[in-house]
Amino acid sequence: MEKIETNKQYQDYVDKKSPNSPILKNCFNAFWVGGLICTIGQLILDICAYRGLNEEVSGTITSIILIGISAFLTGLNLFNRIGKFAGAGSLIPITGFSNSIVSPAMEYKSEGYIMGVGAKMFTVAGPVLVFGISASILVGIVYLIFNTQSITLV
Amino acid sequence: MDMFFQSLNIMDYVWCFVVGGLICVIGQILIDKTKITSARILVLFVTLGAILGGLGVYQYLVDFAGAGATVPITGFGYNLAKGAIKGVQEYGLLGAFIGGTRAAAGGISAAIFFGYIASLIAKPKMKKQ
Repeated sequence: MEKIETNKQYQDYVDKKSPNSPILKNCFNAFWVGGLICTIGQLILDICAYRGLNEEVSGTITSIILIGISAFLTGLNLFNRIGKFAGAGSLIPITGFSNSIVSPAMEYKSEGYIMGVGAKMFTVAGPVLVFGISASILVGIVYLIFNTQSITLV
Repeated sequence: MDMFFQSLNIMDYVWCFVVGGLICVIGQILIDKTKITSARILVLFVTLGAILGGLGVYQYLVDFAGAGATVPITGFGYNLAKGAIKGVQEYGLLGAFIGGTRAAAGGISAAIFFGYIASLIAKPKMKKQ
């Protein structure tokens, strides 16, 4: 009993000491930075469409450009600062995916190019790809099953 | 270029900004209110995007908000799922395996390539700690 009591007291102590994260301010910053990144994406998308490219190609070009910009900013160590300010605002857009690959690639250079850069690159992006691709394969299989029974899955 | 700016619809951009921003706010609330790490949030969002994409729900959001829905990582999942469905339509079961990754290939390859280039250029001690 006393141990739980101590843990609880410790938790209260930690809660009291740790600064209250200013959630409203964080959300506001995440909102406008995230919105801005998406708006830049929309502008690239519209430029592609204006030049007569189809939707799929435009989407891929937009992703590549945003990933490129984010990689460049990560290389200059500017992305970390944006990330600190914007939180999820720069993490959730595709820029965060890019940063999650580029940042460890740079950081683990000292461990060599194969097991350092090559392997550590996927510390965060690996799980994203594993679950993203697995989910998409399941979606495809489910679609196939429903489709052969001529029940359309929207 | 004037013609281009005239062709833009301002409301498209407003909804793109608002929806994209709100998706990020959901992520921010998860970061602040729970103890989920950012890697788990990315995984959660990409999986959610793939499921909603597979159910056809996310398509409505994409039609409504454009890049506001496709640029966030949920859009990456949506893109994978959409590719997988398109693959199944073209190749059957095989398409489920090639469609998703093919749709996202550009982004994945770009991120890997740029990451490698950045590591070549970067000085290892650059990271501020």
